[in-house]
Amino acid sequence: MSDSREQILSRVRTALAPLKERAPLPDWERELVILREARAATDAWTLFAERLKAVNGTPLTAISELVTILDSNGWRHGYCDPVLWPQLQAAFPASFTVETEFDRTRVDDYTFGITAASGAIAETGTLILTDSGTSRRLGALAPWVHVALLRRDQIFLDIPAAVAALPQDPNVIWVTGPSKTADVEGILIEGVHGPGRQIALLV
Amino acid sequence: MAKQLLDQFTAHVPADTRAAVYLGTKTTHEKRTKMLFDQFADPNRLRQLAGEIKQHVVENLDTYLPQVEAKLKANGAQVHWAATAEEACAAVLKIMQDRGATKMVKAKTMVSEEIELAHYLEKRGIEALETDLGEFIVQIDKDHPSHLVRPIIHKNRREIAQSFEREGLGAYNDDPETITRRARQFLRHKYLAADVGLTGANFVSAESGRLVVVTNEGNSRFSLAATKCHIALVGIEKLVPRDRDLGLFLNLLARSATAQQLTVYTEFFSGPKLPSQPDGPEEMHVIFVDNNRTEVLASDCREILRCIRCGACLNVCPVYRQASGHAYRSVYPGPVGAVLSPLLAGAHFADKADLPKASSLCGACNEVCPVNIPIPDLLLRLRDKGKREYAPLASAGTPPMGGWSVIATSPAAWKTALFGGKIMDYLPTKFIPVPALQAWQAKRTLPKWRGGEFRKWMKNRRKP
Repeated sequence: MSDSREQILSRVRTALAPLKERAPLPDWERELVILREARAATDAWTLFAERLKAVNGTPLTAISELVTILDSNGWRHGYCDPVLWPQLQAAFPASFTVETEFDRTRVDDYTFGITAASGAIAETGTLILTDSGTSRRLGALAPWVHVALLRRDQIFLDIPAAVAALPQDPNVIWVTGPSKTADVEGILIEGVHGPGRQIALLV
Repeated sequence: MAKQLLDQFTAHVPADTRAAVYLGTKTTHEKRTKMLFDQFADPNRLRQLAGEIKQHVVENLDTYLPQVEAKLKANGAQVHWAATAEEACAAVLKIMQDRGATKMVKAKTMVSEEIELAHYLEKRGIEALETDLGEFIVQIDKDHPSHLVRPIIHKNRREIAQSFEREGLGAYNDDPETITRRARQFLRHKYLAADVGLTGANFVSAESGRLVVVTNEGNSRFSLAATKCHIALVGIEKLVPRDRDLGLFLNLLARSATAQQLTVYTEFFSGPKLPSQPDGPEEMHVIFVDNNRTEVLASDCREILRCIRCGACLNVCPVYRQASGHAYRSVYPGPVGAVLSPLLAGAHFADKADLPKASSLCGACNEVCPVNIPIPDLLLRLRDKGKREYAPLASAGTPPMGGWSVIATSPAAWKTALFGGKIMDYLPTKFIPVPALQAWQAKRTLPKWRGGEFRKWMKNRRKP
């Protein structure tokens, strides 16, 4: 393979050698790609909540609302990050079964997964998940409902701000609404491989 | 006068396929335009800027490739290089064999299509399962994708329902939601049973070594939550200089491809999982693939290496809308394919030399391109290359020009022809039995013959 490395790099050098000058790297102002709404926003959560709804996500501000949604849909068996469970436990009635260990041999048993968000982007309604902030990648992904717990001070207004603050983490995922496809005749269907319901709960 | 291969194919595209492709592409294109122009003050500036940044990368790959390699290694990834398709396939196989792995789940990657990876692995006893819904359907049908972003734009729900029934995925049901749920249920257990997850990369930051992969379905995310080894196949042109440039490219990619503000899952991978994380790959391999890209880099068409595979040029192209993707006989269809496919064919350029002619040169592809590739110019350069190399396909569909060339290269013959042309005014041209000529004349009248006027005018202007 090191032969291939040398071969490729030497071909690249040969290909570029005849160029008298190389195209320069332009600089650009981040304002160019920031939406008007983000520039005008006074409250990051309000904008985030509005944009999340626009991509069919659900912003919530009270644990009781979350419990009502889960209960009324019959989603009573789920996974919760063990660190978060103590602060949520009291709000969940006894009819719920919530596990703090995720067993990958029973992925279909979990109807919801509750994990921590590592951030959010207001202008796009995006949740940011990381390896260091998520207790289980699968717990946030495999169940039909994903609930991300978000703090107000974690919300970036726009994409350039979130890019500038990309953490040193091997797995950063921006989630913008529920998993979806339009592969069959262009018809939008939600919940393909990831969650069909994406909920952000402000804590 | 033999028709072009693309014309021959298009003549037999079923009417409902054509209608589906036309509607699908037109709708996406219109949504894209509305979104870009409603949300940004100057979307054209964004395209030009992105084009300049990618052109800079392409012309400085000799600096950026070693730089990104060092970054990736520092992040804990293993870096491999593959000069050819065969080498790329062999590199994947070797990584799998070294781990004793036999099952792979694949996210959508155009490079893997290009090198025919799934086929290569299957022949060697390895299950390589496509997990993008469209690609999965393409795979069970032993078909080929016909669009960069919407692989089964050419199929309808009835065909898909039949395929699912045939594969034992439930009784016939053509409801798109049922189809999607069945795929979800089938594939999630495949992820969990697989040893290796394979992805491509939409962008790689040379500054940090981050790989960026975007999907709407979450299949690449599931692959990298369930498996223990991640392999990424990356074309050598996929780099961007800095992390901050991703803010520009992500905004453009999602809008250009599917008219979304952001794709549902935008994933940044920069190495094996954290030790504290129970799920995900302990090993990460990045394979940089050349497969004739360096030849494209050496050519006068290197601008095509800016391409970010969004499919916007397919959606707007009047030829693609009628012909659909399979007409291009290549992994990359549409205007970008008409440039890229003959170039990537390398020594087999002549086999694809007709593709640059599959365009009216209307320029719409250039206008929508998020990296501002001058596709019509590149098509012209390739038409020229085809003629210079005497590729027979480059002349298919062109009327014979031998007689014209005799007349036009002899002044005496030319003068006679101009004089004799007056006869056109008296010929009943409407009755010449050539359908194209008759169709043209049904709505138009030939002007009076004016041959020789210019020569007369020129004669009087000659300086003494």
